Amino acid sequence: MGGDFLFFIEATVSGLTAGVMYSLVALGFVLIFKASGIFNFAQGVMALFAALTLVGLMEKFGLAPWVAIIATVGVMIVLAWLIERLVLQHMVNQDPIILFMSTIGLAYVLEGLGDILWGSDVKVLDIGIPQGALDWLLDDYGIYIEKLEIVAAATGAVLVMVLAVFFSKTRIGRALRAVADDHQAALSVGISLRTIWVIVWSVAGIVALVAGIMWGSKSGVQFSLSLIALKALPVLILGGFTSIPGAIVGGLIIGVGEKWAEIYFGSLVGGAIENWFAYVLALAFLLFRPQGLFGEKIIERV
Amino acid sequence: MLYRETGQFKTDYEADQQIFPIRQDRWLVALFLAVAVLFVPTVINDYWAKAVLLPFLVYAMAALGLNILVGYCGQISLGTGGFMAVGAFASFKLMTAFPDMNLIVVLLLSGCVTAAVGVLFGLPSLRIKGFYLAVATLAAQFFLVWLFNKLGWFYNYNATGQITVPPREVFGFLVTGPEAKPAVTYLFTLGFVVVFALVAKNVVRGRIGRMWMAIRDMDIAAELIGVRPLHAKLSAFAFSSFYIGVAGGLIFTIYLGAVEVTEAFGIDRSFLVLFMVIIGGLGSIVGSFLGAAFLVLMPILLKNFMVDWLGMAAVTAKHMEITLMGVLIIFFLIVEPHGFARLWQILKEKLRLWPFPY
Repeated sequence: MGGDFLFFIEATVSGLTAGVMYSLVALGFVLIFKASGIFNFAQGVMALFAALTLVGLMEKFGLAPWVAIIATVGVMIVLAWLIERLVLQHMVNQDPIILFMSTIGLAYVLEGLGDILWGSDVKVLDIGIPQGALDWLLDDYGIYIEKLEIVAAATGAVLVMVLAVFFSKTRIGRALRAVADDHQAALSVGISLRTIWVIVWSVAGIVALVAGIMWGSKSGVQFSLSLIALKALPVLILGGFTSIPGAIVGGLIIGVGEKWAEIYFGSLVGGAIENWFAYVLALAFLLFRPQGLFGEKIIERV
Repeated sequence: MLYRETGQFKTDYEADQQIFPIRQDRWLVALFLAVAVLFVPTVINDYWAKAVLLPFLVYAMAALGLNILVGYCGQISLGTGGFMAVGAFASFKLMTAFPDMNLIVVLLLSGCVTAAVGVLFGLPSLRIKGFYLAVATLAAQFFLVWLFNKLGWFYNYNATGQITVPPREVFGFLVTGPEAKPAVTYLFTLGFVVVFALVAKNVVRGRIGRMWMAIRDMDIAAELIGVRPLHAKLSAFAFSSFYIGVAGGLIFTIYLGAVEVTEAFGIDRSFLVLFMVIIGGLGSIVGSFLGAAFLVLMPILLKNFMVDWLGMAAVTAKHMEITLMGVLIIFFLIVEPHGFARLWQILKEKLRLWPFPY
């Protein structure tokens, strides 16, 4: 095996793991979009807010990581309840774009609030996830793979499985799918839309917390963390707004595509293409499948 | 009582089809223009021009452009920042390549360049819709900003990557650069905005505007009655990008004078202009102005209030400002999702009868 091939494998694996990280963020988008038709731009800031809260709780109150995580989950649930109470409840039946803009407003609120509560300096998040390279791969084959990324990938896989079981096997999960299918029909069989929204925003908050932990451990908790939302958007349109498997597959495609492009094509045009390449890749897919790879077929009637 | 159109009879088509069919509207517009042209330049100073009036005017221009696309044609775009950058860099290249060219011509040409770029990035709109399109236009945003950052040709290979406007005169008055008088820069920008607002008002009530609105309301139905989607969507992208490009050119030449692309035309600009359009009122020309005024003035007022009156530290005030902006935006979207334009309409309805009950 030549060095080139090893390098290729290394790039691919690191692309795949990065893709899982994107998928984690994209999952939150999909959950909320499915259940309420809201394109929640605040998902990235929710991840930042969750990570900030986690770090803040650990630093200021000296809580053990697992206690802090549970407390943060509580905070995210309260937050979901507040969002439903103060914002969504008043915006039923509005145009999608109005809802979208209100989530951008929400992003501002959370961003400012996080900074006011916990300060805006860069924080280190350490809850004991192993860091550094996987030694045996590095020693035996010379392939560099972060342990953290493996943990993230495993967490992502577990999360998706838990969500899949939650959606298909539990009563609440079935109610969620009913709401996603048809709001009015769901209401008429006695499903409370408001409860469902609180639940779905809570779940999205918890997913955001997981994404926040992973990204925060990787590169520190700071404002730029909220920008991962922008990374998740191409994943989202590639996979389709309404599909959880789509978010995963889309994440993997984008992650690998981005890495390959960076290595084999980026140097030709001067580098730093990761900001837009994912979008162009997603756009290319969209031209052939306008609803994304796994999105529901859009049927329009006059 | 104040706004009563009783007794204003139209006896020919011309009178019936004028832009402001009601006399009070004409007076109001004339009054506004008179104040803006005759009174404001006599009292304007550097602070007011740089902090309030110029940003208001250039963003009103950008909001007009985006409103054509989002409000009239129904295509959501998040690429506004990138298109403004195209306008700015096009005007920079034109000004440095042809030093003798009149600034007005430069700005119009950079508008045309932006229109061409806009059509190019508008092509996917024929195939993808809604939020998929919104995310796709982000590709334009990131790609364009990256391009202007990366290729030295766009900023004439200078070391900083920043572009600075050379001093230019129009009709014997210096309008660009730090030496320009605030009244002159203000009037120059005002002229552009007023003329193009009139053009926009006329376009959207004519055949092209109706075509856009048909597409917005339901594109398949519009196609069935004979509106060509290719034509309508791409012309909306072209018009909108032209306005946004001119606004970008104005931001660079008149308002800021020197521009660093990632800072001045980042994605938050796209959101800012979209907020202006939505808070002002989708599909309303006057709404674009109201929205721009609100979002330009609000941060200044908030900041002054918190720093000067409450004596907050500047950093805390900054965080508070972001939070409060978010709260205000959400509050506004809940209370009046149709924006200021709708409030204005309600006010006019009320003024018809006021102070009598009926």
